[in-house]
Amino acid sequence: MTRTALVILRKDLAIEVRTRESVPAMTLFTVTVFVLFHFGLDRDTLEGELAAGVLWVTLLLAAILGVNRLFVSEREQGGMVGLLLAPIDRTAVFVAKAAALLLYLLLVQAVAIPAYAILLLGPDLFGALPELLAVLALADVGLAVVGALVAALAVETRARDLIVPLLLLPLVVPVLIAAASATEPLFVGAQDADGLGGWLAILALYDAVFVFLAVAVFDFLLED
Amino acid sequence: MYGKGLRPLAIAAAITTIAALGLIFFFAPNDADQGFVQKIFYLHVPMALVAMAGFVAGGVMAIAHLRTGKRSWDMRSYVSIHLSIILGLGVLVTGAIWAKASWGKWWVWDEPMLVSFLIVFLLYCCYQPLRFSIEDPERQARYASVFAITAAAFVPLNFAAVRAAQAFIHPEVLSTTGGNMPGDMRITFLVSLVAMGLLFVTLWKLELTSKHTSEQLRRLRGKLERANERAAEEAPAAESGAHAGRVPVAAGSS
Repeated sequence: MTRTALVILRKDLAIEVRTRESVPAMTLFTVTVFVLFHFGLDRDTLEGELAAGVLWVTLLLAAILGVNRLFVSEREQGGMVGLLLAPIDRTAVFVAKAAALLLYLLLVQAVAIPAYAILLLGPDLFGALPELLAVLALADVGLAVVGALVAALAVETRARDLIVPLLLLPLVVPVLIAAASATEPLFVGAQDADGLGGWLAILALYDAVFVFLAVAVFDFLLED
Repeated sequence: MYGKGLRPLAIAAAITTIAALGLIFFFAPNDADQGFVQKIFYLHVPMALVAMAGFVAGGVMAIAHLRTGKRSWDMRSYVSIHLSIILGLGVLVTGAIWAKASWGKWWVWDEPMLVSFLIVFLLYCCYQPLRFSIEDPERQARYASVFAITAAAFVPLNFAAVRAAQAFIHPEVLSTTGGNMPGDMRITFLVSLVAMGLLFVTLWKLELTSKHTSEQLRRLRGKLERANERAAEEAPAAESGAHAGRVPVAAGSS
């Protein structure tokens, strides 16, 4: 199963490298939204809960773009039939898709977080970087798992690009709650991240529940 | 087979609903500091609990559908979720009225029950758009079941997250929805809860029966149509009107 998943992942990454569709669009989107927030809030710098909220809402909205495109190559070029005809474990497809989305999110954040620090964030980022990376890692796993599940749910619907945000956003509210609450003390300048462990535990619980759930139900989405 | 037991169920639901209304208005005491308006609690909380139970039951029935492959389980799950969405709208409206009356605002964000209910409601609002934008009926049932299971698992997770966010800001969350009620209030609440539950089950059964009946009717009409076509072919054109096999079909029935 691992090998199959790696093959599908490599195929997706090759397509992404050649077409450059998802990651550049998501990155550009995040930077544009930061600019929008600058004018919308009329603030030059943000800190505390406002900074955490703006960052996480932007990252979640950017994730929608990636989720929308996740199964597009399969759908538009008949790759789905190939995947379904292949005698492979369906879970491998899910693992590959979630891994691809996780990589996209990490790449986007590698640009978006420094851009945020330069454009909007008031307090210095470097002191809080290890904690922030931990939050990002756990939140991204949850986003990637839920995103792959939602992408598979929506791919056969007529209004795919409408269904994805409507389905994804309520499902990731717990991620937003935990990630924004965990990030908030990191963005106030003072280095006391109280309650960080609790929020990381909630994120880890969320990841575990949805990994389990997605593996259990994904087979039924690719049955025919 | 679906209609069986519907009548006693409906009678029981009607009796308990009337009893609950009687208890609410004439028996339960007015709340000490909220007064008469607190009685919306006997409508709001049972509705919320029954809607939640309906969402989770929809998920359990969806599991049964995916395990057995029987379409009837998907139908049960669909009707349960669909009724719960309607109840959910009632929960949000009564919750807003209660909030306005007792806190002076139509919406408050520090009541974790209400807030997590809103998120769950928004998620389930997507059930029907998702379901009906898939054309193949077999796939529609399967995808709807996957959604129902995912969303049902999300319900407790979401509540835990919202609760954690509240607990962080307000260490002790005031329990307005339960806890230690005096006896008279407790009895009224329990009767209201049973009434709402029975009402839900009755409506659920009624809708299933109606769906099943119209499905059966459609099948029978199709059969009749085919029989008529066959009869028309067999009978010579001369006496087609008086042919014994000829059964009139209502116009527009196909």
